[in-house]
Amino acid sequence: MAGQDELVVAGRSYASRLLVGTGKYKDFAETRSAIEASGAQIVTVAIRRTNIGQTAGEPSLLDFLPPSKFTYLPNTAGCYNGQDAIRTLRLARELLDGHKLVKLEVLGDPQSLYPNMPETLAAAKQLVKEGFEVMVYCSDDPIQAKMLEDIGCVAVMPLASLIGSGMGILNPWNLQLVIERVGVPVLVDAGVGTASDAAIAMELGCDGVLMNTAIAAARNPILMAQAMNKAVQAGREAFLAGRMPKKLYSATPSSPTAGTITSSQPKAA
Amino acid sequence: MIRVTVNGAPHRFERPLVVEELIAQLELSGKKVAVERNGEIVPKSAHAATQVADGDALEIVVAVGGG
Repeated sequence: MAGQDELVVAGRSYASRLLVGTGKYKDFAETRSAIEASGAQIVTVAIRRTNIGQTAGEPSLLDFLPPSKFTYLPNTAGCYNGQDAIRTLRLARELLDGHKLVKLEVLGDPQSLYPNMPETLAAAKQLVKEGFEVMVYCSDDPIQAKMLEDIGCVAVMPLASLIGSGMGILNPWNLQLVIERVGVPVLVDAGVGTASDAAIAMELGCDGVLMNTAIAAARNPILMAQAMNKAVQAGREAFLAGRMPKKLYSATPSSPTAGTITSSQPKAA
Repeated sequence: MIRVTVNGAPHRFERPLVVEELIAQLELSGKKVAVERNGEIVPKSAHAATQVADGDALEIVVAVGGG
């Protein structure tokens, strides 16, 4: 299985199905250690105004995570309308030498960080027109996820619960509807809190998981990054293996029923 | 004297200058940045030729950690 079961996004293959953010770490050294432990090949970055007058000699994220080694996924975090998101990604493309793969997120409000879907759909349309390869943060609504695919997005990334909440997979049924309805990769983006959440997302049939806070805010981020790496792999393998059917109220012994030394067995109810 | 806005803050320069000189005066030379002038991207290849005029609004951005 290994080597063949790869995540394919916009025509490029990735062995790791775990995508990670680079925010909220103590320093760049911890960022790098955690990302290496996660095994992630795609890492999100934010685009921000540079500090003027106090940056001389300050190390940059790009020195610690060389773009030659990782695929950068610039995001539009902090954008509350489509125009700001489009401007941000045009700047990202310029900054990263023509890099086209981006993460679009247009937020609705600062309390929930829930996606503003009308703005997201409009921005996605424009970005696809401009040649961007758009991975898009979205609600877990199968109809709008399909709209995003039809617009030309290369992956849809529904939230499993609110960004940074660590609440886990709150609506597995909706995620499954999105997975069934959409042909491009579906990645859970936001809400994963611990390793079992990532495994559940993958067992549902998600193509990948994107997370930041679950690793960065763990007491030991590097150990959690390792755990997430394994959880995503385990969940993927379980999905591919095909789980046994659930049998409510009907137990089946794993050992032979004949040949026991007991004199009698109670009758089934 | 020209007045321009860089990353939302007012700046003054003695004389008109090109984007490349502005980057140098702000001590950002050699740093990996992207520049937008009045809402339009200024490609790196055009930094030496793009004039900054009085009243311009510039954005100079970098990549930072984010999720």
